[in-house]
Amino acid sequence: MSGAESVDGERSAADVDAGGAVDRSPVPDADVCVVGAGPAGALVADRLASDRDVVVLDAGPRFDPNNRLARQERAIRPSYDRPDVWGVGGARDAHENAGDRSYPLNHARVKGVGGSTLHWQGMVMRLHEDDFDSASERGVGADWPVDYADLRPYYAEAERELGVAGASDNPYAPPREEPHPMPPFEPSYSDSLFAEACESLGIDMHSVPNARNSEPYEGRSPCVGYGTCQPVCPSGAKYDATVHVERAEEKGATVIDRAPVERLEHDGDDRMTAAVYATPDGERHRQEAEAFVVAAGGVETPRLLLLSASDRYPDGLANGSGHVGEFFMDHLFAGAGGTLDEETRQNHVGFYTSACDQFYDEADEEQAPFKLEFFNYAGPSPVEMALAGDDWGDALVDRLRDGYGNHVAMGGLVEQLPDADSRVTLADDRTDDRGNPVPRIEWSVDDRALDTIERANEIQVAILEELGADVEWIAGPDATGPAYHHMGTTRMSDDPGAGVVDADCRTHDLTNCWIASSSVFPTSGAMNPTLTIAALALRVGDDVADWLGDDS
Amino acid sequence: MELTRRDAAAALAAIGATGGVALGVRRTADRRGGGPGGEQADPAWDGEGLPGDEAVRTAMTAVAEAVYPGAVSGVDAFVGAFLDGRLDGSPHCEGIRAAVAEVESAARSWYDAPVADLPPADRDELLRELGADTAEEDPDGTTAERVRYYVVNELLLALYSSPTGGELVGIENPQGHAGGAESYQRGPR
Repeated sequence: MSGAESVDGERSAADVDAGGAVDRSPVPDADVCVVGAGPAGALVADRLASDRDVVVLDAGPRFDPNNRLARQERAIRPSYDRPDVWGVGGARDAHENAGDRSYPLNHARVKGVGGSTLHWQGMVMRLHEDDFDSASERGVGADWPVDYADLRPYYAEAERELGVAGASDNPYAPPREEPHPMPPFEPSYSDSLFAEACESLGIDMHSVPNARNSEPYEGRSPCVGYGTCQPVCPSGAKYDATVHVERAEEKGATVIDRAPVERLEHDGDDRMTAAVYATPDGERHRQEAEAFVVAAGGVETPRLLLLSASDRYPDGLANGSGHVGEFFMDHLFAGAGGTLDEETRQNHVGFYTSACDQFYDEADEEQAPFKLEFFNYAGPSPVEMALAGDDWGDALVDRLRDGYGNHVAMGGLVEQLPDADSRVTLADDRTDDRGNPVPRIEWSVDDRALDTIERANEIQVAILEELGADVEWIAGPDATGPAYHHMGTTRMSDDPGAGVVDADCRTHDLTNCWIASSSVFPTSGAMNPTLTIAALALRVGDDVADWLGDDS
Repeated sequence: MELTRRDAAAALAAIGATGGVALGVRRTADRRGGGPGGEQADPAWDGEGLPGDEAVRTAMTAVAEAVYPGAVSGVDAFVGAFLDGRLDGSPHCEGIRAAVAEVESAARSWYDAPVADLPPADRDELLRELGADTAEEDPDGTTAERVRYYVVNELLLALYSSPTGGELVGIENPQGHAGGAESYQRGPR
């Protein structure tokens, strides 16, 4: 199959081959039902599948790996928007925005086996120690009921599971007990330009951990430099959750795609009994299990709990606290860029290789934690430019030479504080393709975060000016946007009145239901969340295994 | 700057065709008569119906000579090898074929000759008269938008995702090309 438009029919293709014989019936006598085949669900399933009967339900399709080059073509061609690359959008993925800021949800997620790791950037930092104690150490936000020390061994294991290339040259990173599984990617040429400027300003640069193979790793290719990491890695060098889905299946797990869970049911003893899911043929099925793990991300997880309201839980399942859907957070982008009067060698790869965490732990009541990134993909990609002009021939080459070659840019992520009014609820009068209320997002951002974006911009501009750049753009408080990290909507707390899940990520209200997702983060820090999601998922896997052992 | 079969294989690897392993194989089959719907592939296609693979190659090469910069050579072999991978019976392949038919139809109506027989300036003018210069590509759009998608941008995508095309503008590992994870570390040459 060739051509970007050739993947259009994928949502139905899986049923057409094999004569519509895909079996999506429930698994009898399942021990564990996992809702969502993204990284959290995949890791939990893989963790448990050797010893338990595990079934994973995902709302989206199982993507054909042979279509990845066609998806890459979509990523490059101007005819396609970002959600088109992985078939996001339409009635299935409808949603509403009602907050201070519009949230581009369908740019921020992929539905299907592998989840949003299919389109992610692949940056995998650990949260800092103070991120777990924000209220105590910084005077704002909330303390997590777990500490860095609790997650530390799981972080190390998550790095091994995902395959992380990194170094121990970051003096600001939290303590670690062993090297990363793979050596880091070498710094870029533009990193060397930034290094001189940073040295003059007394600003430290260091490597960044990438969930991307710098060498062959567990049967997967090293990075071959396609340069389209976000939204698609055709080589498989960038980790995505299909790795653990396949491992779980090899151990005996059952993965059912295109099976959106519409409702979770419980009995009179506060035990979850079944996940009710739809299939493409219009049927509804009930998947029963001893234990349930909801791993549907920061928006669909609270939505599912709210859709599962019952007489006993009239405000939504597991919502005795009233906090399901509240405290929706993302990381805020801060950036600046411009041009130099020399070549900067951008857009050879789609990831960055150097960062600065020097200012992260200055965080207090007034200033949020933030990190800085030195881009290797500043400015336009020539091939994308070539497809979007009204010229060709020699005139086009002249335009490409003029537009490409001397850009530099920095990015950064800033923490936003948890706020109950920033939230996911159900839309009053809008439903999806199956008649269920769509998620309604009210996203707001606090002044501390906006002030910190300005602080990050000041440092970025100082570095760029020291570099001799003509600064041409700044993404400040008025131009910031989300980093597509959905967090906070089923927050973790020891207090059943203050949170949805406990320190083990088990719901306070239901004895056999866990949530594995960034939705449990009480605060967000400013580090990309997926390594923490993975660490928590592995920990959930252990807790479920222990519980099943005790229960039996 | 010479375009090579390596460039064609790289372009195919970038944008989702079967790639280098199939180069040459399919063309042999086509020459035996493997056009669309079992029609005979006919390089002397008369402009009626849909063109066979050889006629598509001929027309696409002629368009490439108009939309590629003068600094590149080896266009014929590059486009031919690239299309060996793209003319694979997929919906995309048929989109190329249909768009080429529209270009040829316009050439024969307005210039009384197939596009390959037009002087370079007329090929350029033909594409502009079709609106392919100002159209935004769209596989399901107007004639101009489909010609932009399946003909002009198909060729530009092939060129500028290849190493030689990238080097024309200063990037030997352009986006879409699996050129390794070393070039980003190197400074300007």
